[in-house]
Amino acid sequence: MDTLPQLVIRPEFENTDIKDAHTGNIAVELSIVEKIWNINGIRKAVILLGLVITWQIYTVALDVEPLMFPSFLFSLERLLVDLFTGDLIFKIWFSVKVLLIGYSAGMAIAAVLVLWATASRLGSDFIATATAMFNPLPAIAMLPLAMLWFGLGTASLVFVLIHSVLWAVALNTHSGFKNVTETLKMIGENYGLRGVPFVCKVLVPAAFPSILSGMKVGWAFAWRTLIGAELVFGASSGSGGLGWYIFESSQNIETEGVFAGLFMVILIGIVVENVVFRNVELRTVNRWGMQR
Amino acid sequence: MGQDVQAAADNSSAAAAVEPILDVDGVTLQYKTKEHLITATYRVGFKVYPADRFVLLGPSGCGKSTLLKGVAGYMTPVEGAMRLKGREIHEPGPDRVMVFQEFDQLLPWKTVKQNITFALMNGGKCSTQKDADELAMEYIKKVKLDRFEDTYPHMLSGGMKQRVAIARGMAMEPDILLMDEPFAALDALTRLQMQEELLQLWEDTHFTVLFVTHSIEEALIVGSRILVLSPHPGQVKAELNAHHLNHSNVGDKEFSELQSKIHNMLFADRILEDELAAAEGAAQS
Amino acid sequence: MNTLPQTVVRPEFEASDLDAANHGDVARRLTAYERLSNMDSVRKFSILILFIAAWEIYTRASGVSHFLLPKFSDTAVALFQAIWSEQLLIMVWNSITILVTGYAIGLAIAAVLTTAAITTRFGSDLLSTLTAMLNPLPAIALLPLALLWFGLGSESIVFTLLHSVIWPVALNAHTGFMSVSETQRMVGRNYGLRGMTYVVKLLIPAAFPSILMGLKIGWAFAWRTLIAAELVFGGSISDTAETQSGGLGWFVFSNQMDMQIPHVFAGLFTVILVGIFVENVIFTNIEIKTVRRWGMQTS
Repeated sequence: MDTLPQLVIRPEFENTDIKDAHTGNIAVELSIVEKIWNINGIRKAVILLGLVITWQIYTVALDVEPLMFPSFLFSLERLLVDLFTGDLIFKIWFSVKVLLIGYSAGMAIAAVLVLWATASRLGSDFIATATAMFNPLPAIAMLPLAMLWFGLGTASLVFVLIHSVLWAVALNTHSGFKNVTETLKMIGENYGLRGVPFVCKVLVPAAFPSILSGMKVGWAFAWRTLIGAELVFGASSGSGGLGWYIFESSQNIETEGVFAGLFMVILIGIVVENVVFRNVELRTVNRWGMQR
Repeated sequence: MGQDVQAAADNSSAAAAVEPILDVDGVTLQYKTKEHLITATYRVGFKVYPADRFVLLGPSGCGKSTLLKGVAGYMTPVEGAMRLKGREIHEPGPDRVMVFQEFDQLLPWKTVKQNITFALMNGGKCSTQKDADELAMEYIKKVKLDRFEDTYPHMLSGGMKQRVAIARGMAMEPDILLMDEPFAALDALTRLQMQEELLQLWEDTHFTVLFVTHSIEEALIVGSRILVLSPHPGQVKAELNAHHLNHSNVGDKEFSELQSKIHNMLFADRILEDELAAAEGAAQS
Repeated sequence: MNTLPQTVVRPEFEASDLDAANHGDVARRLTAYERLSNMDSVRKFSILILFIAAWEIYTRASGVSHFLLPKFSDTAVALFQAIWSEQLLIMVWNSITILVTGYAIGLAIAAVLTTAAITTRFGSDLLSTLTAMLNPLPAIALLPLALLWFGLGSESIVFTLLHSVIWPVALNAHTGFMSVSETQRMVGRNYGLRGMTYVVKLLIPAAFPSILMGLKIGWAFAWRTLIAAELVFGGSISDTAETQSGGLGWFVFSNQMDMQIPHVFAGLFTVILVGIFVENVIFTNIEIKTVRRWGMQTS
């Protein structure tokens, strides 16, 4: 006796006339309001506006001491005044210049190191040992040494910036190269590519997501290091940068100046991350579908 | 007109003795994309009886996967109702276990055995770890994966992953097993083997399964009854018997005839499909 | 006339008897030297030794002023002394206490923000707006404000640490949760998981690679911020009674002021050691036991 449930055999049937008239719209457009609210930028702008208004109302309504927490408009006014009449713009330029020099020098050194690492096992071991040692060392901790070696000046800042960029970029690029699939490498060799052309035409594009993330981490460290270094030692290096502007304002207990400086720091950070890097990403890894 | 289809299904005299497990009654399903509201199926009705190997067959865009997700409880119909053993389906639950096409359906942080016991413990099938372990091992043996029970999913091949997913589904002993193109991502030889194994497993326990595929051949081999759906939106074209066909019949006259009959049914309204291709393209972007 | 090359049809054949004797060794062991030099750690360790030797020889041979670059042996002695006198250990302990406090509170706040972000669309928008604005802001830049609000003391440092931890952690955790595959979500709900059990048993493990990445970045930023803060303001903070001995950054800075250069290097070594310990022992072990074992490593 079989106690398993048995198949129920039933007659077949066919539905010979399907009229598509009854189905109505298969795809209906959403309403305008729904569509606008679905745009991320608009919702975020509304939230930003809300935050700023809250800040303004809080400081004005509760009559908060401006020395402790100035209102938004007061800080904004100070920023605009210093930007257009003061020397804030020169301070920003000073910071950006130092940052660019340090960043490109760091990238160049990283490129040389990684090339060496791809060419020989000794280079590869060297880079692995050096990054393992220096990557956990905050660049700013090198500042006292840098000042000892290079004196009080831009050279010290650049040295520290190189240190902050170099290891992050080298580490990511090297591991990116190592993770390029064997298939792609064989294809490159199949086309007769060797040496530097092989690196530039196969390894770099194939490892680009990793290289880019190294550059982003390097930028983040460099930006933090620069502001930190300037906060204290900026004055000694002549005109001083954005970090020094913040420190100066806080020493003079001009808190609105601190906020004005912070606005600028945020603004530059957003431009670099959301405009520069974002565009590079859109044009490369996103377009190539390599975004993780 | 969907009601007519329903009536035709009700008329089956042979079904009178047994209650259907799943009753899909004039179901219309819709979902939203960023820009559009899409109607995936329109007034679809069918009944699944115990021990059925019920296949939903149709070209892409006929809403068969959406229909399966509806049965699983991930979507609520805008019209009609779906009843499992007489109770209306509202939300996902362990009484309808789903086997997906994607390999990432196994939780990567659990071993093969843990993947199954996790389902058993959380789905309320087993109350102690020991029971769950025993039951899991029983089904791992059934899908011939003993020796691999402590392996993490990323070490397994595609076919082995699908075997684990099937073992997991069967170990839960659900009222109905839902399979969403489970073999579509496998290579041809493995797919053939898996179809045979599935039929052998069915011989053991006669479980009820609702199986989605777009391959006519797979539908004829695996299915006992086939629901043919038209595309854009999905509507019932026919319900056919295939319980007498399996691998050994491939190439037979009867098999080929049925195959070309379904083929003609699916491609009869090619023109309609072309007309709506633009709408679908807009929807998917 | 057909000039295309034609198929050359030739007789078939089957090999009936494979001769197994003449292969020689199928697998041969490498020599001891080859095997030793194939071990990563051995090679890396030799490089480290070489580096130290080069340093020692250079400083001895060139007679470079020990104010500029002290001998390695002097540095080692200084490190040993500083540890022996317990001065360094206390400072390391001070730094770590503040770091752990800031990190823990930061994680808690990040958890709240992320929870809000995954449950409501408003929370998600709020989080992404805040992170977009505040993540690029170096935490150290907030230190002047913190000093103004909380005065000279460890509260100020903890405040800046919070800022350095919250945003990267929340950002990565949120991205992680968002990118949990639809299939895995459906699997979880299929088992009847709901609410907190769904989050704990399914979402968190599935998003773990991303969460771990956030934890690592948060640690890296916090560590850098802490050293910078101590380096910069450690002096003024250490004036107050409660944190009398300052932290590791202050150790480096004060020794540089006193021109105790071997001690500066000793301090830097300690910074590296703590960093290596956290990154290569703690985080690597977590990684090995979780994401690598599960094959979820993304890079």
